[in-house]
Amino acid sequence: MTDYFALYNLPHAFQIDESLLKQRYQQLQKLTHPDRFASASEQEKRLYMQKNAQVNDAYYVLKTPVKRGEHLLALRQFPLPDEQATMGDTEFLMQQMELREALADADNQQQLEAFIKSVESLDEDLTQQIEQALSAQDHASNEAAASALTKLKFLNKLAAEADNKLQQVS
Amino acid sequence: MALLQIAEPGKSAAPHEKKIGVGIDLGTTNSLVSAVRSGSCETLPDEAGRHILPSVVQYTPEAEVVGYDAIENAVNDPQNTIVSVKRFMGRSVQDVTSTWANLPYSFVSAEGNPAFATVAGNKTPVEVSADILRQLKNRAQSTLGEELTGAVITVPAYFDDAQRQSTKDAAKLAGLNVLRLLNEPTAAAIAYGLDTNAQGSIAVYDLGGGTFDVSILTLTKGVFEVLSTAGDTALGGDDFDLAIVNYIVDKLDIAALQTRYHRDLMEAAKKVKEILSDESSAVFCAQLGEQNIHFDIDRTTFESLIQDKVDLSVNIAKRALADAKLSQKDIAHVVMVGGSTRVPAVRNAVGEFFQCEPLTNIDPDKVVAIGAGIQADILVGNKPDSDLLLLDVLPLSLGLETMGGLVEKIIPRNTTIPVARAQEFTTFKDGQTAMMIHVLQGERELVEHCRSLAKFNLTDFPAMAAGAAHIRVTFQVDADGLLSVSAMEKSTGKTAEIQVKPSYGLEESEILEMLRASMSHASEDMQARMLKEQQVEAQRVLEAMYAALEQDGDELLSSSEREEIEQALQKLEQLRESAGTDDIKQQIEAVDAISQTFASRRMDKSIRDALSGQSISDI
Repeated sequence: MTDYFALYNLPHAFQIDESLLKQRYQQLQKLTHPDRFASASEQEKRLYMQKNAQVNDAYYVLKTPVKRGEHLLALRQFPLPDEQATMGDTEFLMQQMELREALADADNQQQLEAFIKSVESLDEDLTQQIEQALSAQDHASNEAAASALTKLKFLNKLAAEADNKLQQVS
Repeated sequence: MALLQIAEPGKSAAPHEKKIGVGIDLGTTNSLVSAVRSGSCETLPDEAGRHILPSVVQYTPEAEVVGYDAIENAVNDPQNTIVSVKRFMGRSVQDVTSTWANLPYSFVSAEGNPAFATVAGNKTPVEVSADILRQLKNRAQSTLGEELTGAVITVPAYFDDAQRQSTKDAAKLAGLNVLRLLNEPTAAAIAYGLDTNAQGSIAVYDLGGGTFDVSILTLTKGVFEVLSTAGDTALGGDDFDLAIVNYIVDKLDIAALQTRYHRDLMEAAKKVKEILSDESSAVFCAQLGEQNIHFDIDRTTFESLIQDKVDLSVNIAKRALADAKLSQKDIAHVVMVGGSTRVPAVRNAVGEFFQCEPLTNIDPDKVVAIGAGIQADILVGNKPDSDLLLLDVLPLSLGLETMGGLVEKIIPRNTTIPVARAQEFTTFKDGQTAMMIHVLQGERELVEHCRSLAKFNLTDFPAMAAGAAHIRVTFQVDADGLLSVSAMEKSTGKTAEIQVKPSYGLEESEILEMLRASMSHASEDMQARMLKEQQVEAQRVLEAMYAALEQDGDELLSSSEREEIEQALQKLEQLRESAGTDDIKQQIEAVDAISQTFASRRMDKSIRDALSGQSISDI
C-alpha cells in the first residue's frame, strides 16, 4: 500500500501540521496535476493522472482524523476491526443511545447547535486518546487506538446527521 | 518549401512554433470560440464580424447550415432545424420525450439512441453538436491561419458522466483534439481571476438560456480550488421567456394558438425580457397568422412572473455555499455568467444573497469562452511559468447498486478530481459465481432516482459460501470528470473493466469511422496522413526517451534495464524509416510498456526532489 505520509514528506504521526499539509498539497498538485501534462506523452499523462489521484486521496486521508489514524494503523500492519464487528464497550454504547435520543428531540437551531458543541467536546477527548495511543508502537496501544477510532467514527456520523438537521431547520 | 530539420538524438529540433489552443463555449443557445492573441484572450468573430454563433443547425438535402442563417430558417423548417441541441446530449429517447412534450422534431430511436429524423438522414445530438463545433474550428483556423493544437471545451458543472462523454465524442467527431473539458463556472472564474488577481472565495452564478450552475471556489497563490458546485440542468432564461408567454396567453386567452406559434411567442417574449433589463416597461408584439398582438408589460409584473425561478436559483446557491462549508460573508466576489444575469431582478437577488456587488465587467455571454481560451493557452504549453492551476471537483456522487435497490456511494460529490476509490463487496448467495455491477450517479438513495451510467458483469469466479468472495470495485475519474470502473474478485484475480459509456454513447471505433466518412480526403490521402502522424509521434517518443535516459538513466536504471529500453528504441528508429503505420504504432506501444517503470521512477524522483527541497528551506 502507498505510504501517504511519505508521499507528503510528513512524519508518521497522528498529530499533523495542517498548514504544512495544505502547503504540500498545493505543491504536489503543481507537480502532478494532469493540466501540467496536457501536451505530454500518453504514458506521462497516464502516470501523472494516477499519481495525482493518489495525491488527492492522500490529502483526504491525511486531513480526516479517522482516516489518518486508520492509515497509520494499516501502515503498521495492524488489522483494522471489521465494519460489521460489534462494539464491546457498553458504557460508550449507552452514551451513544442517549446522544441519539437527544438528537431526535432537538428540533430548533439553538438545541442543535448545543448538541453539536457537546459532540465536538467528546470528539476532542477521543482525538487526544488516539493521539496518545498512536504515539506508542506496541500492540496494546494500537488496539486502544483502533477502539478509539471506531468510537470517533460513531461520533462523526452523529455530527454529520446533526449538521444535516441543522441545515434543514435554518 | 520547408527545410529538413536535423537534430541529434536527445536534443529537440528547432524551437517549436507557438501552439494554438482555443477555448470553446458550446452553449445551449449560443456558442463561441476564443484564443489568446498577443497576450490577451479574445473571442473570434466570423467574416461578418459576429462573435456569437447561434447553436442552431439546419439540415437540407445538400448541406448543413449552422448559426444565424439556420435561425432564419427555423420558423419555416422547424423539423429540420435543430435548436438547443445541448439539452439532448447524453439523454435517452425516453428522457427526451418525457421531458419535452412539444418538440417540433420527429425522433427516431436506434437501440435507445435518440436521433432527429431530418431530410439529410438521422442525426444524433452528438453529430449536431459536432457540426456546431466544426464551424467554430473552421472559424478559428481561418482567423488564426494555423492548424489547432487542441481545444478546451466547456460544459455545465452539473453535467453528468453521460453528458460529458457525449460532449467529448462530439468534439472528436469534429476533428478537435480535446485538451480538457472545463466546467463553465470555473472557466468564468479564470477569466476574472487572472485580471484581478483576486484572493479569497469566489461564487460563480451562471444562469444561461437553459441551464443553471453555481460554484464556490477559492483562489490561493494561483491555485483555483472548486469547493462545491450545484445546479439545475433545466433552469434558465428560457423559463423567463416561457413565463412571459404563459402570462400573455392567459391574459389574451389565446391558448389555441400557443402550440402553433410557440417559437414566435418565445421570440417576442425574449425581446420583452431584454428591453425590460433597461426600461421599466415594454410592449409584447407578435404576429400570429392573421392575429396581431400588442400587449403592455411592466418590469414589476415581469419580476413577479419570474420570482419563483429566481428564488429557486438562490436556494441552489445556498446549498452550494453550505456544501463548501462557508457562509455569505466569506464570499469576496460573485462572478455573473450567462445572458440571463442581465436581468436586474437576478442581479439584485444575487447581490442581496451574497451581500456584495456582483462582477459584471466582462461580457457575461463571453466570459466562459474567454476563460476556456486562457486555459487552452496554458494547456498547450504556451505559458510554462504560469502558476495558474485548477483543481476541480466531481459534481454528482458516484455509486453502485446494492441489495434492495439501494445506492451505495463510492465517491461523494465535490471530491477533487482526478480520483480513484475502491470498495469491497461480497456475494449474498451460496455458490454465486457472477455479480452484476450497476454504476449510478446522483444524490438519492434509491436506484430508480439516480442516473444509470452502466451495467456490466463480473463472471466465472469460483463458487464460494455467501460472503466469502471479495469483489473489489475501483472507480477512477479523470480530470475531465469521466469515469472508468473496474472490478476484481480477489481470490482469483478475475477482472472486468469498462470505460463507462452511456448505452447511447459512441464507441471509439464508431467515432473513427464517422470521422473517416466525413473527411473529403480520398482514403490514400488518409493513410498517408496517418503514416506521417505515426512517424512524427515516433520521433517525439525517441527524442523524449533519449533525453530521459541521458538525464536519469544512470541513476534510475540497472544496466540490463537500460539495455532493454535502448534496444526497443533502436528498433523504433529502424521502423520509423521503413515500416507501415501499424508496425510503428505497435513499436511505440512496446516502448511505452518497457519504459513504464523507468517513467514511474522518474516521476517519483522529481516529486521527491521537489518536496525535500521545500523541507530544507522550511527549516
